[in-house]
Amino acid sequence: MNPTNTLMNISKQNTEKILDEIKKLAKSIGRETRLMGLCGTHSQTIAQYGLKNLLPRNIKLVAGPGCPVCVTAREDIDAVIGLALAGMPLAVYGDTLAVPGSTESLENARQKGADIKIIYSIKEALKEQKIKPDLVFFGVGFETTAPMTAWAIKQGLRVYSAHKFFPPAMAALLKNKKIKIDGLIDPGHVSAIIGESPYKKFEIPQVITGFEPEDVLMAVLMLLNQIAEGKRDLENEYGRVVKKNGNEKAVNLINEVFEQCDAEWRGIGLIKNSGMKIRKKYSACDAKIKYRRTIAEILSRTKTKKTACRCGEILQGLIEPNQCPLFKKICAPENPFGACMVSIEGTCNIEYKYAR
Amino acid sequence: MCLAIPGKIISIKKQNATVDFRGIKKEVDISLVSAKPGDYVVVHTGFAVGKLDKKSANESYKYFDEYIKTKHGKNT
Repeated sequence: MNPTNTLMNISKQNTEKILDEIKKLAKSIGRETRLMGLCGTHSQTIAQYGLKNLLPRNIKLVAGPGCPVCVTAREDIDAVIGLALAGMPLAVYGDTLAVPGSTESLENARQKGADIKIIYSIKEALKEQKIKPDLVFFGVGFETTAPMTAWAIKQGLRVYSAHKFFPPAMAALLKNKKIKIDGLIDPGHVSAIIGESPYKKFEIPQVITGFEPEDVLMAVLMLLNQIAEGKRDLENEYGRVVKKNGNEKAVNLINEVFEQCDAEWRGIGLIKNSGMKIRKKYSACDAKIKYRRTIAEILSRTKTKKTACRCGEILQGLIEPNQCPLFKKICAPENPFGACMVSIEGTCNIEYKYAR
Repeated sequence: MCLAIPGKIISIKKQNATVDFRGIKKEVDISLVSAKPGDYVVVHTGFAVGKLDKKSANESYKYFDEYIKTKHGKNT
């Protein structure tokens, strides 16, 4: 049995009790209420257990930009594909492999003979670098994943950083007047690293929650209760993992190795101070500096194919996947047009697999 | 991508711990947490990024209990 389940001691009977309370609150609120999940892993829980179908009609769960693979800029994908095709050995996390760049994916490059190794732990990249000194690690991910990359940079790993800070994206979302959201389900494991304080400046009901279906339902209940009472608080339902101050060692590692820079989020655009750039002190490990001429040349010759893909709007909760003209017609997990269809945490991929 | 898997620490050698993930044992770096054998940790890309706190494990249910008490004046 999953220890999180055992420790939570929540049974099906309790789930039904939570749902009953949600129904009462939904009825008293009356109007349509939109709650945005900011974590790809939450989207998976919601789809896998069919939670959307259990909720009252006026309570909508929408997905936000919580999948780091999906928001990685096309340019970054193009650059690492170009490096790999120019003969640089690459180490990548598996979820980046099928993401389409402007003309192809890392998987296509691999089929053409590029040396691309899939790793599960950053330590495998360090081991690989001992055999292949030119190796570049493609660093993708939010605060959950970045501390390990920072740790490896301190050990001498060369990295192309596409890492991102998550709270600046939340600020950008909340500024966008087109996006109508009544409450946020904050990410669980990003929060395990950064703690509660970075969220406090956002004036909207928020709940940090875990990944069991009961956790997500509890977050819905807590948000609806705040909305019904007119509150805009930050609550933490995932206290068994997320501490108030997060993981200070991990945050210090990120700040020691990375500094903030503006970064492009695929489909969304430039978000100020949301990128993690390798600090000057570690520039010997920065692939963007070592290979800057090669990268500039790769990007200047890459032509982007225009598609009708609407991933950008999907990532901001503006439309649902079935409102995209490509969804399920020509865009499918085996033939993805946008990153949302590639990653197992992408909104379109999840919708494709689980929609009934 | 931010998926982190909970497992139980079996033994520790310097910064490396052997962690049991429902029967599968793996080596995990625990330099980012303070943990001892018997603790549950959540593991992401080969590192323990947080500890699963048994004391607050039932907090979510406690919240529900309190919620019911304030709303309906009774225990579940």
